[in-house]
Amino acid sequence: MPKFEILLQAIVNGILIGSIYGLIAIGLTIIFGVMRVINMIHGDLIMLGMYLAYWFVVLIGGGELPPLLVALPVFFFIGCLIFRTLVSPVAKAGGEMGTLLITAGLSLAVTNFVQLIWKADYRSTPAQLVSTSYSFAGLSVSSALLFAFFTSAILVIAVSIFLMFTETGRAIRATAQDQEAAMFMGVNIEKMMLIAFGIGVALAGTAGVLLTPIFYVYPYVGFVYIVKAFVVVVLGGMGSIVGAALGGILLGVTEQLGTLFISAGYKDAFGLIIFVLVLLFRPSGLFGRSRL
Amino acid sequence: MELMEKRNFNLIYSLIGLAILIAIPIFEPSKYVMHILILVLLNVVLGQSWNLLGGFGGQISFGHAAMYGIGAYTSTLLYLKVGLSPWIGMVLGGLLASLYATILGYITFRLRGPYFALSTLASAEVIRLVAQNWDTFTGGDDGLSIHFEIASRVVEYYIILGVVVGTILVMYAISVSRMGYYLSAMREDEDASRAIGIDVTKLKVLTLAISAFFAGIGGSFFASYQLYFNPHVVMTVHTSMQMIFVSIVGGMGTIVGPVIGALLLVPIAEIFRVISPAANLLIYGLVIVVVMRFMPEGIIGLRKKFLRK
Repeated sequence: MPKFEILLQAIVNGILIGSIYGLIAIGLTIIFGVMRVINMIHGDLIMLGMYLAYWFVVLIGGGELPPLLVALPVFFFIGCLIFRTLVSPVAKAGGEMGTLLITAGLSLAVTNFVQLIWKADYRSTPAQLVSTSYSFAGLSVSSALLFAFFTSAILVIAVSIFLMFTETGRAIRATAQDQEAAMFMGVNIEKMMLIAFGIGVALAGTAGVLLTPIFYVYPYVGFVYIVKAFVVVVLGGMGSIVGAALGGILLGVTEQLGTLFISAGYKDAFGLIIFVLVLLFRPSGLFGRSRL
Repeated sequence: MELMEKRNFNLIYSLIGLAILIAIPIFEPSKYVMHILILVLLNVVLGQSWNLLGGFGGQISFGHAAMYGIGAYTSTLLYLKVGLSPWIGMVLGGLLASLYATILGYITFRLRGPYFALSTLASAEVIRLVAQNWDTFTGGDDGLSIHFEIASRVVEYYIILGVVVGTILVMYAISVSRMGYYLSAMREDEDASRAIGIDVTKLKVLTLAISAFFAGIGGSFFASYQLYFNPHVVMTVHTSMQMIFVSIVGGMGTIVGPVIGALLLVPIAEIFRVISPAANLLIYGLVIVVVMRFMPEGIIGLRKKFLRK
């Protein structure tokens, strides 16, 4: 039985890391909720966000904030581009399976393109981003994790306010609930889907920036996170933002505790097993159905 | 009448194709050419395996790598621990993959469409993590290698050719049987087919089990052919994707589709592999994007479109 402090430390780290998982999953869940697209390229966008932060800091210098501010609009634009050129035309013709497969293909292409140009090397955190730790009541918390936690929280709240209280947000939620009905009410559903896809992708990119000081950067890293995001989305209920945020934290804590009590090698397996169990026994998610 | 004619037509083409394939080793092609041919044939088997479930049945699986991996480990471990010939182990590998698929199917087929796809991905990842972490049994990340003398590459070629013929015969038999019609009914409308009395769950599990058998055989063959493999080679999601791509590019839901897909994709991939493995997968990804975007019915679909005009 590990000491109480170690246990507490694992839980705190789990919550902080889990907030990034939540951010990733919210992007995925918005895209799924609004247009029934399982965005298989989500992980690669996180990976691109990580590289963006990495190169930004290596070439220009500075902390995490500048690349974060660059990533938001850049990834929003990338999202719109992917939606317009690939996802939207295929969604009309091939439905859910078509978009699943085309985004999977695009993911493979992007991953390997990055591997071609930047090699498969594991790149560790640039010196400018190495975090300091704060000690508090026997716990030590890294500044990068704290930054990630607060940034995620701000972004999640901002997205929620946007969806709940703005005209566009309402139109997006209407599209998520019933596309045809929304269309009859004069909502431009194509545009709403475009915005939703852009937001989802922007969140993936920023999550990548936040992860850069915490984990290695390499071309295949996106797969690690997209699998986690699937787990979280299913935990929280497909299409639920609150569920995704809570699910992220739950997964973060589970992983940390699993590493502590069982073994680090199986760390990723815990999430996957929970994933299958939840899909089977509570397909609407742990927190019930609260849709977009 | 017309249907009969079309069948005879297809039969003639298939026999000509088979005759050419049987004759190829007589001309003593280089080892490299034989290697590519063997890979093409292996991918025909894998494409057929995935296509039965995904193309005919409309159930997208991202987890066939697990069955492929189970096949590879079964025959190799049986050879290493008991000394059983991998060519017999191959059948056992297929059967074990089938068994795994049956259990998996009963658990995950309560889920539909994309949810099923995600659950296959997750379960395959769990199997891969087990293979990576169970060092004492599976060799962990280092994988397994065997020293197994095979008569020659020509023999291996004929073995995989035999597997291809067997696979295609089974697929053909299924496609013209009641099960084949049930499968297309299920693909088009699951609720309607349930309503007319098709036991959809049983059908799905049976299809997955048959599909897994061939993926497992493919995995065993790969292991005995390459003499070395590790979880990163055989069990990642890329292995599953490869099977998907072979059947999509050729044309899902047809028997000739995966054949065309493998004939086209494998040589392209091998050419680009010379540059780097990443280039090879990059091309695969781009091909799939282009195919899904502009010809969702694959190359077969193009021909149909052309004939209709």
